[in-house]
Order: sequence, then C-alpha cells, then structure tokens
Amino acid sequence: MLRIEQDTYDAIVAHAKKDHPDEACGVVAGPESSDRPERFVPMVNAASSPTFYEFDPTDLLRLYREMDDRDEEPVVIYHSHTATEAYPSRTDIGLAMEPHAHYVLVSTREHGNSPGPVEFRSYRIVDGEVTEEEVSVVEPATEEPRSPR
Amino acid sequence: MAVEVRIPTILRTYTGGEKAVPGDGTTLSEVIDNLEKNHPGIKDRLIEAKDGDDSQGDLRRFVNVYVNDEDVRFTGGLDTSVNDGDQVVVLPAVAGG
Repeated sequence: MLRIEQDTYDAIVAHAKKDHPDEACGVVAGPESSDRPERFVPMVNAASSPTFYEFDPTDLLRLYREMDDRDEEPVVIYHSHTATEAYPSRTDIGLAMEPHAHYVLVSTREHGNSPGPVEFRSYRIVDGEVTEEEVSVVEPATEEPRSPR
Repeated sequence: MAVEVRIPTILRTYTGGEKAVPGDGTTLSEVIDNLEKNHPGIKDRLIEAKDGDDSQGDLRRFVNVYVNDEDVRFTGGLDTSVNDGDQVVVLPAVAGG
C-alpha cells in the first residue's frame, strides 16, 4: 500500500494538470527504507511529449546526488498519462528500474488542465511484473503535543 | 587508473549489494570490462551488443554514465578517458511512456 500525505497528492495532481497535454513526471523522496514519501520533487520532462517522459540526464544526476547526501531514496516515481488510463504502458514496465519505488500513474484524460477528478493509481513494477496497490491519502503528520516537563 | 564506480540499486545484485566498487582502466570501455571480470553479467546491463558482439556494442539508450559528473554521451561515450581517482556513476534513466 502507498501511504501519501494529502498535500503531496495534491502537488502531483497539480503538476500533471499543469503540464497536460504533455506527460508530467517527478519523484517523492523519503528516508532510505522508510517507505515514507516526504519530499516532493517535480522534474522536467526532457521529452516534452504527450506519449513519453524522461528525466533530463543532468537533472537525474543532480537528483540522485542530492538524495544520496540526504540518505534518501525515490519512494514514489510519478508520471502522467494524458490520453490513456493510469496503468503502466509496456514502455513504463520495460524501463522501470527502481524495484523499491511506488510507481504512481495519474491520468488527466478526463479533464486535462481543468479542475476535476483524475485517476491516481500506484504500482510496484519488479522484473516486468506489475502489481497494483491501494493508495491511502493521509493528513500531514502533526507534531505530537508535548507534555510539560 | 583506479576509479570508483557508483552502482545503482537495480544492479547491486551483481556487486553483492555494494553501492560503489573499485574499477580500473584508461577508458570507460576498459573500466566496464574490468567490472565485468569482477561482477560477471553487469556488462550486458550497460552495453548493447552489436550483431551479438559486445566488444562492438554501445551504451544502452536508457543507461546514463557520468565520469566526474559529465554525461559520457558528450565526452566520447565508451572511449571517454578516465584518470586515477575519477568517479564513474551509473544511473538508469527514469523514463517511460
């Protein structure tokens, strides 16, 4: 199951709507092995295409160095489909190289750049095998009230 | 030339889980051959054989390799020269359709 905070969910949807009809892409980084998507990092789709996305190789290196420095990993890798359903394409499956990531697909085919619901689905893609998982949108974690010392 | 090669998660099955391994060579091509000697199978994940001959191959389209932060596609590809202490980073593309 993917647990994702409401504001991160909203940021992914907003990015997908903004870039429609091109595909939008990015990651949500989180502490290694935590499975907590915490840091939203929208990326430029170097392909600027309605049918393909690719992180720019220079941006990609910068992103991975930054995550390395912070002991993070890409907990979520997201991209949008702008004319088809939010299900991994054959290309998505063939190029999925992060076995620990949740691959999030957003489809903007219904409403494009306009307000309105989108399909938001999440998958594990390991060795060409796609497994859909539940998405649980949670309120942002708030600090536990501290008891006075 | 002794270099450090950073290995992405997906290829750490070849390096016993190591994130970085030592490499040796004067060009990227030699470094990859040296990697293959110590971590059999890894070369095929980086290089696409041409007519079944991987000595004639080229880097796979969706594998990015950087020498000291320079994308080797702009520095001579597999012929990119490496020096002592250089860092080679391998990163699979994040891409799809």
